[in-house]
Amino acid sequence: MALIRFLIRRILTGIVVIWVVASASFLLFFARPAETVARSLAGRAASPAVLQNAINQLGLNQPILVQYGHYVSRLVHGNLGFSYYDQESVNTILKQDLPPTASLVAGAVILWLIVGLGVGILSATRARSFFDRFATFGVLAGISLPTFVLGELLLLVVFLPLNEHGFHWIQDGYVGPSGGLGQWVGHMVLPWVTLATVQAAVYTRLSRGSLLDTLGEDYIRTARAKGLSERVVIYRHAVRAAMTPVVSQLGVDLGALLGGVVVVETVFGLGGLGQVSVQAVDTDNLPVIIGFVIVAALFVVVANIIVDMCYALLDPRIRIT
Amino acid sequence: MSLLEVTDLRVSFPTADGVVQAVRGVSFTVEAGQTLGIVGESGSGKTVLTQTLLRLTPGGDISGEARFDGIDLLAIPDEDMRRVRGAQIAVIFQDPLTSLHPLFRVGWQISEMIRAHDKSVSKRQGRALAIDLLGRVGIPQPQQRVDDYPHQFSGGMRQRAMIAMALALSPKMIIADEPTTALDATVQAQILELLLELQRESGTALIMITHDLGVVADIADEVMVMYAGRAAEKGSKHEIFYEPHHPYTKGLLESIPNSSAGADRLKPISGQPPSLINLPTGCKFHPRCIYVMDRCVREEPPLVAVGGDGWHRSACWLPPAAAGLGSQAEEARRKVVNKARDGEAAQVAASISGSPDAEGQVIA
Repeated sequence: MALIRFLIRRILTGIVVIWVVASASFLLFFARPAETVARSLAGRAASPAVLQNAINQLGLNQPILVQYGHYVSRLVHGNLGFSYYDQESVNTILKQDLPPTASLVAGAVILWLIVGLGVGILSATRARSFFDRFATFGVLAGISLPTFVLGELLLLVVFLPLNEHGFHWIQDGYVGPSGGLGQWVGHMVLPWVTLATVQAAVYTRLSRGSLLDTLGEDYIRTARAKGLSERVVIYRHAVRAAMTPVVSQLGVDLGALLGGVVVVETVFGLGGLGQVSVQAVDTDNLPVIIGFVIVAALFVVVANIIVDMCYALLDPRIRIT
Repeated sequence: MSLLEVTDLRVSFPTADGVVQAVRGVSFTVEAGQTLGIVGESGSGKTVLTQTLLRLTPGGDISGEARFDGIDLLAIPDEDMRRVRGAQIAVIFQDPLTSLHPLFRVGWQISEMIRAHDKSVSKRQGRALAIDLLGRVGIPQPQQRVDDYPHQFSGGMRQRAMIAMALALSPKMIIADEPTTALDATVQAQILELLLELQRESGTALIMITHDLGVVADIADEVMVMYAGRAAEKGSKHEIFYEPHHPYTKGLLESIPNSSAGADRLKPISGQPPSLINLPTGCKFHPRCIYVMDRCVREEPPLVAVGGDGWHRSACWLPPAAAGLGSQAEEARRKVVNKARDGEAAQVAASISGSPDAEGQVIA
């Protein structure tokens, strides 16, 4: 019950967060002189008549509160407006470009968690072994590799040679999973590796350190003194306790993830939300920018609620606070 | 045959700064159903000593023998050791706040241990046993509290839960490592009483580790006083409290407020326990001993009989007649010391009496 109350409270706070983000975006873009805003639609060199037309069309001559009222009521109905560039619905644009981004993010997160936690746990339980030293070296290398360098490197040493030698499974561009899982993975595997490498290194270091700390705790000594097998002591008692800082770190990283996605999408020509938003900024396409900001905020809020739920499930001490 | 027979146990830890000699040749026995009190300051090796019996001291170089019920605890394979832990020898640790796993329910943690040793116990049976045990150690409404997490328990209740866990499999011996140190004074007495009562009911042997002589006075049959990784003095509770031979034991007694040994003022033992990496020469207590003699600086005294029946043993060069707290014993000690002190020992003695917390002075 406490858990459900906790969930409801987090959802309500999440709604407030999205409202604040939406309002801030509105203020940022529309609390400016009507003509400045209108130029986004009409173009920089527009004649006064065209500009006036744009002002009328966007309703910019109405009081700002009335505009805000329209804006909020539109959002509440799930309508993100229309692109200034080609009058297409922003909902449609974002819907089209969501799949590559969602594929990229989901796959990369799963990959980095599996690799990061797996290597971290093996390293900690074999501290100072050859494997541990090798992993520590790998972590340093992984952390030091910028995403754009790694992406280009993978294209150069994996993608190009394979395709030259008639092995065409690994491809650039984006194909959804509906076109065959194998093909989807073939298109996504390099982007996944690119996006996940740095994070996998960070999570290896984090989970190794956390598990080593936990193994020194009094309750681990208690577990051994109870006569539990070493496997149970490590995987049931230590790993579970060691995961709490990892989970809270995940909440932070998921938020920052959408920013890093742009680079990978561009390097591998995936399309996707990141690329769309960069284009929208270039062309001063306000509705698309605001739409992306709201979708990004929604993503961060939902990801954080999920992470907090995991955290609460993992650690009973969180729930009552 | 005794239940536990430890012979010449030595434990050392190699570190970057040198070898830490935590335990330097300790021998003792524990009879079934009896209570041995091990007393000493922090760093005297008492915790390492007992944890080594269950091989809970990773990274230590261990030698010696520890026969428990016919098996050598230090030589059996890991899997056999696992079956001894919890089932034959249970441990109650010092800090109940950190010794229970924070993420698991208290009852589950008890049940987990029972089920680890007896695969035939179902989850439901394990839970029922846990409720029963929590009730036995005085936790109110155990049916509800069994599903609580440790953070919902007070410190005293957590230690009760630890005791419940220790009792779960009716072990032959329980090692209690300063079980009351982390608790409030009022709760301390309750926990001690509970331990004693349960021990009487179950006939379990008990090793009680403590730095508090008051605790030992309450519950021990035999007492071993440890200093710098060795036994300074061993004997029955009566011998240790009324006929102490080793100046360290005497010093401990005199530093208890309102004890029979204490005069109007507290007499603290001056100085600090020695570093276990760089131990002093001779008797390891001599830099703090007001009865220091020349021989103490050069030679480490063996643990020899000082009492009538031979069970009262002390590792001190003072003659057996010097045992006791009375003025006669003090006179005997002074007489010996005055004859056997010149040169080095005189210097040590001078530095002790010159230190700010020397005998007879209390720092406010």
